[in-house]
Amino acid sequence: MFAFLNTHGSELITKTWEQLYISAIALGLGVIAAVPLGILLTRFPKTAKVVIGIASMLQTVPSLALLALMIPLFGIGKVPAIVALFIYSLLPILRNTYIGMEDVDPVLIDAAKGMGMTAMQSIRQVEVPLAMPVIMAGIRLSAIYVIAWATLASYIGAGGLGDLIFNGLNLFQPDLIIGGTIPVTILALVIDWLLGRLEYHLTPVSERA
Amino acid sequence: MPEEQPMVQFKDVEKVYQGGNVAVEHINLEIHKGEFVCLIGTSGSGKTTTMRMINRMLEPSDGQILFNGKDIHKIDAVKLRRQIGYVIQNIGLMPHMTIYENITIVPKLLKWPEEKRRKKAKEMVDLVELPEDYLDRYPSELSGGQQQRIGVIRALAANQDLILMDEPYGALDPITREALQELIKNLQEKLGKTVVFVTHDMDEALKLATQIVVMDHGHIIQNATPTELLTHPANKFVENLVGQDRLVQARADVTTVEQIMLKNPAAITPGKSLAEAISLMRKRRVDTLLVTDDENHLKGFIDLESLETRYQSATSVGDITKSSIFYVNKNALLRDTADRILKRGFKYVPVVDNDQKLVGIVTRASLVDAVYDTIWGENEDYQASDSAKESATPTDQEPATDSAAADDREAPKEV
Ligand SMILES: Nc1ncnc2c1ncn2[C@@H]1O[C@H](COP(=O)(O)OP(=O)(O)O)[C@@H](O)[C@H]1O
Ligand SMILES: [Mg+2]
Repeated sequence: MFAFLNTHGSELITKTWEQLYISAIALGLGVIAAVPLGILLTRFPKTAKVVIGIASMLQTVPSLALLALMIPLFGIGKVPAIVALFIYSLLPILRNTYIGMEDVDPVLIDAAKGMGMTAMQSIRQVEVPLAMPVIMAGIRLSAIYVIAWATLASYIGAGGLGDLIFNGLNLFQPDLIIGGTIPVTILALVIDWLLGRLEYHLTPVSERA
Repeated sequence: MPEEQPMVQFKDVEKVYQGGNVAVEHINLEIHKGEFVCLIGTSGSGKTTTMRMINRMLEPSDGQILFNGKDIHKIDAVKLRRQIGYVIQNIGLMPHMTIYENITIVPKLLKWPEEKRRKKAKEMVDLVELPEDYLDRYPSELSGGQQQRIGVIRALAANQDLILMDEPYGALDPITREALQELIKNLQEKLGKTVVFVTHDMDEALKLATQIVVMDHGHIIQNATPTELLTHPANKFVENLVGQDRLVQARADVTTVEQIMLKNPAAITPGKSLAEAISLMRKRRVDTLLVTDDENHLKGFIDLESLETRYQSATSVGDITKSSIFYVNKNALLRDTADRILKRGFKYVPVVDNDQKLVGIVTRASLVDAVYDTIWGENEDYQASDSAKESATPTDQEPATDSAAADDREAPKEV
């Protein structure tokens, strides 16, 4: 163990950082795109079905295939990896945002409107706060997917902990495989815990579980 | 004086929902400042639709609605809604906001400074007699009745003059409901608010309203004060909605003593001799004479008993007149008078006008007739069963008269 850390310690840190960095950007973009889109879709229920359908379809494309598809478009490296992971992150966030918003009691939306809130004020002050636990559940789910799948990004030269794992596979070095896998798991757990804290703070006091 | 401008005016308003469902049609309605207007009717009659067009939660398909003389279509919907309080049946308190935040939603939208909002919120909870520390609680920590109190004051917090309430108390138990009816009525009177209140409960409407608008199938069937509605229901539909019990009661409620009194009471002036008194009693076959002065002012009475015992010592009617006498004004309501006569056991009560002049008399026998008439008289629709009629009829048999009358106006219904 110590021997492993001695020889691979600094590599481990850079690779973990790369993994985190790729995942975070992909997830961040996913949130920025999918949350507003999910909210927007609640105003257009018919379009919503189509859009969520398309997102579900993208989700079923095998991850390696999706990564490979990125090469002709973006070449190799971090950019195509981030784009692919971003696409993967969309569906859970989009679906949960949509469901969370749809689940807000229509009576409350009616009351908000009746008191003179604009559509935007109603969304920000009433609907999003009430939908927050469901939206956050979608984001947390996406975060775990993205961190796990970022491992595969090493295939198209994006770096990350996948480098260690694939090296281990190629060179028949189980310690490299394990040394790469454990940090992925720890990373996923830590990020989920952090998002849990964030969720707690974003959720209105009365709605906290 | 120019006619006061209505606060809200519907001009031939119609609402057709998608799919061609005509919810309301030809709605013409004026709501004046300070009125408590109840929209009443069966489910689906268009009450909610009518109300929600006032704050532009729904747009009319045709016609025009004026708010303080201005076409609401020309007022920004958001601004309009901030001027009009809105209370819904499900209360609609925001579960994620504290009571303070809930109450001050509209003041906040209107950008009142925090200090002013805080002050207003305190004032409001005081108004509905809830402790101020409730301001920091969440709606789920309050009972249903308390929540609806907050719902009501939330609609008042930005000093709205007009409050719309859609069956606000439908989900509450009867006791809480009554307390809240009291509350809104008091607030409306005390603060001079105008209220439009949707209900399907006639008791509630009669209790609260100054103006009742009866709706059916998207039309206004009658627009009247509660008294008018009770005494002159526009048609069979309104009669049914009001209910026979209330109509009967209403007729008793508005009948005055003058309408049922006997107009030739046996009376005598104080200067007359006792012999004249006795002869008058004999002629009129009564045991009591009312005593009036020359201008016919009621002074008291004499009865056979005192006539007999004091025949030797007294000479004139004035000597034996008893001045303590129970009488009623001719404008008094029959229902109150009947209660008094029956409860106190008077055989008769003299009736006077506003100048204390004797104008008539109500006897127990005339009461029985009156009660009988108000229940079964006039309108043949209310034909009672024959048995009930018979037992109430024999007004000239003393025992029957007394028992029938003593049970108040409900009595004949029970036999
Ligand atoms: N959104 C809607 N779409 C279509 N029809 C509606 C809608 N809302 C109400 N209606 C119809 O309009 C009529 C009046 O409804 P409403 O105003 O809610 O009556 P009320 O409040 O007196 O029960 C009913 O026939 C109802 O079915
Ligand atoms: Mg309704």
